[in-house]
Amino acid sequence: MILVIAEQQRGKLNRATWETIVGAQQLDASAITVLVPGASAASVAGELAAANVREVLTVEDAALDPYTPDGFTAALQDAIAQLKPEYVLLPHTYQTRDFAPKLAARLDRAIVTDVTAIKTGTETSFVRPMFQGKLTADVVPQGPAPHFVTFQIGAYRVDQVAKGSAPAPIRALSVTVDPSTIRQQPEAPFQQAKAAVDLSQAERIVSVGRGIKEQANIRIAEELATALGAELAASRPICDSGWLPMERQVGSSGQTVAPKLYLALGISGAIQHLVGMKGSNTIVAVNKDPDAPIFEIADYGIVGDLFEVVPAIIAALKG
Amino acid sequence: MKIAVCIKQVPTREWQPRLDDSKTWIRESDASFEMNEPDAYALEEALRLKEKHGGEVVVCSAGPSRVAQVIREALARGADRAIHVEDEGLASADAFVTAAALADAMRDERFDLVLTGLQSDDQGFAQVGVVLAEKLDMPHSTIIMEVQIDPAAAAGQPGALRVKRELEGGWFQWIAMPLPAVLTIQSGINQLRYATLKGIMAAKKKEIRKAAPSGGAAAKQKIVNLYVPEKGKKTQIIGGSPAEAAKALVQKLRDEARVIQ
Repeated sequence: MILVIAEQQRGKLNRATWETIVGAQQLDASAITVLVPGASAASVAGELAAANVREVLTVEDAALDPYTPDGFTAALQDAIAQLKPEYVLLPHTYQTRDFAPKLAARLDRAIVTDVTAIKTGTETSFVRPMFQGKLTADVVPQGPAPHFVTFQIGAYRVDQVAKGSAPAPIRALSVTVDPSTIRQQPEAPFQQAKAAVDLSQAERIVSVGRGIKEQANIRIAEELATALGAELAASRPICDSGWLPMERQVGSSGQTVAPKLYLALGISGAIQHLVGMKGSNTIVAVNKDPDAPIFEIADYGIVGDLFEVVPAIIAALKG
Repeated sequence: MKIAVCIKQVPTREWQPRLDDSKTWIRESDASFEMNEPDAYALEEALRLKEKHGGEVVVCSAGPSRVAQVIREALARGADRAIHVEDEGLASADAFVTAAALADAMRDERFDLVLTGLQSDDQGFAQVGVVLAEKLDMPHSTIIMEVQIDPAAAAGQPGALRVKRELEGGWFQWIAMPLPAVLTIQSGINQLRYATLKGIMAAKKKEIRKAAPSGGAAAKQKIVNLYVPEKGKKTQIIGGSPAEAAKALVQKLRDEARVIQ
């Protein structure tokens, strides 16, 4: 049996759950159980039951709400003991990263994270990026089942989910958790500052990365953005350094964008950045490193010094 | 306040990947190495907490002999002493083996707080800190952007530690928990300091305790094939001088992609 752990907050399903179900259907479409943890699990269970899966389980327990890694680990440890799956699959979200390694360590079972594809054959291996995306590894989990696998956001497309001919049955599963084992006390989530710029609505974006070298050089990118009628954005290191405000950050911890044109200047293409922009229509990369991962997803690439190339692009736009 | 910082040595950003003969690991002899960037932020946070609350910062690393370079660098930046779990096999170890090696060497130190980066720039598991917390039986939180310690709180008191955890899409959350605890630190939490000449000189006299891995943990992952990623998309690389390439690009964006006027 393959157990998919869905992610939801207050009855709103994280869409990455659908991608994980696609991964499960590639492994073995006939034996999938989806488990929805947390308060209001029942309200998203109906939505998930449309997928071609055997069963949807809801686990609503005081230990799961609000989310804590201790509460999730204890509750899912009990659920796994009852269900005895061969695989436990999850989306590689921040929440999964917070508890899944602990759960796997508690059970002393393998966990392969950030997986982008599955290779089946004599043995099943999981494909994942390594060395900042410069290399790819096929990894085989070792030791007894269950094996935990987390899927990179965007590894599969939501519309690839096979739907069932009839809704899958929904059942409540009860777990036992000792509340005194929960040590974290979370407060309500908040947004630091309301984003003044909504990059998700931008038609064109010029984005800068480490290759810009210093704050004074941001001006070059600004000039290009003006010439293109584009918004200015950046990868995380630029915002960390305070060269551009956090609200202009694109990536897993910033905004997710899908403009018509995304022009990446001096961005190597760490996966945390790529997940925030790979849905862009046309991607242009300017980078001096021909092996930079950004070139793998770019439509057009210029290998060169951005300090020479960018002024030339501005001149060409005006000419 | 006795703070541990777990650091890893990883290939530099400029490193061009080359594979070894087994095609399951990199050719290390070609690589140059540096401190994993998120770990550098964890170290900086530990140094700031020590400056505020007093105590000791102990840098811990599980890796081959070459990691002595980043340990020295951490000591030069201000860490007080180090623990090096040394074994050549740790260079390519998975997260469970690394966490077990660290936990066994760290357990008797009875640290109040353990910090590490949220993930490494080499294998990128994002697991070691969380698995280490489980092995040391400490509460944890991940992807932390601010750390507050109540100096008056007794050990084990629920609110001794309060941290700001980063959620996705620009959301955050404060979480309280007792000490001792393990935190994985997000890059950008602070501004990094660099080692001073005085720090570099002082580091030479600081203690590095070497430990052997206990060998209790079996590998949970096997890399069967390592390779340069296949391109998913047909990328048109535009050559020529900067002026020629820029002109060709603008023409393609206008006529082929039709994303500019």
